[in-house]
Amino acid sequence: MKSRTIALSILFAVLAVVVALLSLSIGTTKLPVSEVVEVLLGGGRRGTRLVVLDLRLPRVATGLLVGIAFAVSGALLQTLARNALASPDIVGVNSGASAGAVAVIVLAGTGGGNISGVAAKVGIPLAAVLGGLLATLIVGALSIQRGMVDAGRVVLIGVGIAAAANSLVAWLLVIGDVNDAGRAAAWLAGSLNARAWSDAVPVGVAVLLLLPVAIMFNRDLSALVLGDDVASSLGVRVARIRLALLVVATVLAAMATAGAGPIAFIALVAPQIAQRLTRMERPPLVTTAMLGALFVVLADLIARNGLGWLQVGPYELPVGVVTAAAGAPYLLHLIGRQQKGR
Amino acid sequence: MSSAVPTRPALPPVRAARPAVRRTAALLALVAVLVLAFAASLALGSRWLGPGAVWHALVSSDGSDADVIVRDLRLPRTVVAVLIGLCLGIAGALMQGHTRNALAEPGIFGVSSGAAFAVVLGLQLGVADSVSSTVWFALAGALVATFGVQRLASRGSGATPVGLALTGAAVAALLGALTSSIVLLDADTLDAYRFWAVGSVAGRGLDVAGQVLPFALVGLALAAINARDLDLLTLGDDVAAGLGLSIRRARLVGLGAIGLLTAAGVAACGPIGFLGLLAGHVARRMFGARNVWLIPAAGLIGATALILADLVGRLVGGAGEVQAGVVLGIVGAPLFVIVVRRRAVAL
Repeated sequence: MKSRTIALSILFAVLAVVVALLSLSIGTTKLPVSEVVEVLLGGGRRGTRLVVLDLRLPRVATGLLVGIAFAVSGALLQTLARNALASPDIVGVNSGASAGAVAVIVLAGTGGGNISGVAAKVGIPLAAVLGGLLATLIVGALSIQRGMVDAGRVVLIGVGIAAAANSLVAWLLVIGDVNDAGRAAAWLAGSLNARAWSDAVPVGVAVLLLLPVAIMFNRDLSALVLGDDVASSLGVRVARIRLALLVVATVLAAMATAGAGPIAFIALVAPQIAQRLTRMERPPLVTTAMLGALFVVLADLIARNGLGWLQVGPYELPVGVVTAAAGAPYLLHLIGRQQKGR
Repeated sequence: MSSAVPTRPALPPVRAARPAVRRTAALLALVAVLVLAFAASLALGSRWLGPGAVWHALVSSDGSDADVIVRDLRLPRTVVAVLIGLCLGIAGALMQGHTRNALAEPGIFGVSSGAAFAVVLGLQLGVADSVSSTVWFALAGALVATFGVQRLASRGSGATPVGLALTGAAVAALLGALTSSIVLLDADTLDAYRFWAVGSVAGRGLDVAGQVLPFALVGLALAAINARDLDLLTLGDDVAAGLGLSIRRARLVGLGAIGLLTAAGVAACGPIGFLGLLAGHVARRMFGARNVWLIPAAGLIGATALILADLVGRLVGGAGEVQAGVVLGIVGAPLFVIVVRRRAVAL
């Protein structure tokens, strides 16, 4: 079991790097991959360095980090709820984070469409995390009934809270200036357009701090899969670990949402496919993380160039459009299977 | 002993008569509340107008400021609210009855995203450019999405609450992605879309009400036909078939009514969530499971609720209104949660 998981993790990591390199070389100015590698190793011409390091690398790095954060968040929540459908994009975490972030984009916007520097750089991630945590708190508190958490109830209440948050977002879009609304709408679709290092760094910090924490709890997660009773008889302090991991998962999803918008379905799909391929009884964290990173950079590559390849025109789609188009059928498939298994 | 025999069958009619009287009274009370809400919606707003002024405006308007406010601003949106509230309330009750699912709610199961996608497509292609011309697109999109989600969710062993909610979420995500990819390419479309997407009765004139009226009327007629059949269906398909009901026809009529009523609502006002859920539940609490009573009551409650939501949004927001769709979203979510918590849900 172990060697298969490790092999798949390495495979996905390598693929993610390959796609990232392709993403760095493909664009309005096409660069050979060898030149990209040369630039990354510190060489290259000045023009090439500008294109690769200042324009494309922040975007690709944000994509990789956001993919890791969403995927790990999904793996944690799915394990905690013992249900594939309890991922942050469905149970309202992303919607709550979106409401927080859109509030900052719209309310801090100054009509002309300028968010003041501090509010944009600190406010959006902070508001997203607060909104996400609030949504998790509400869904979590309301899902507990007679001390029990029922997975079906979590999902339904999450859908309800997400609907409320979405109507709040719709209202914020209306009261805002049209330029701010446009930026908020682009952000809401889940987009990596024009990302700078200031977008990548917060997500990077969150991943660096929280991924090790999650991995530290790997054994406890395996025990939790067996059920709370078995886990506590194995010496796992169930309530405390559940709460800690819930916070970790929420912060990861919210930071990712702050960085690139609520990119749809990464958190749902990556853990499920990783679990299937590694044949484990829960999503393996590292494999899931690598797969999430691969998915986001691949989807972004397609979103950026897809319409051009199809000769439609030079439009760039937001990455979330691609992940939603690919992820929604998978969700439908998953629902069908769960209903059959009923 | 023989004297006891005739008295026994005499008892149930007496018992049955009382609830009928009480239900009629309750229905009349709902009508009265609706009329009060209607009057309040004409009188209240950024400027308070007394009953006398409202009456003057309605009966013998002479073009004064107050008359214009009542006739041109408040009356149209209130009429639209009554019509659409009626439609969405009844659609909610029907949907809950047909799916035997307390959470069935036309607004959140992909319907509005279908309508939204069609509206944006219309706006982008330049075919639709105003509220009134988006109506046809919204109607088509809502109808297709209603039937699509229902069909997708009832693959295999029939639609469960969770299955329906998630299928709606999946379809909404897919259509939302398509919608946003169109909206993001064009600022004008975005500007028109965001005001549509919030769900409001403001700025909807009587012409909009007129456009959706045929669909609403057909939907309401189908609902009236369907109410009695639905009572039989709640006994179970086998029993209903044994009593001579054509199950297939009853289901189709019901689905047609739900689709038309929801589509009329979304087309006129944009997506307004939770109204059907709210109306259906309050009606069920008041009238029990008898659809013949439940369905008209849900319509009245829906109309009252939409007027009140609009009114609250108008009063709270001051100069910038809070749209009725937002008010209902924020009031409706807790209700949804309460309903979920009340019942054991199986995946």
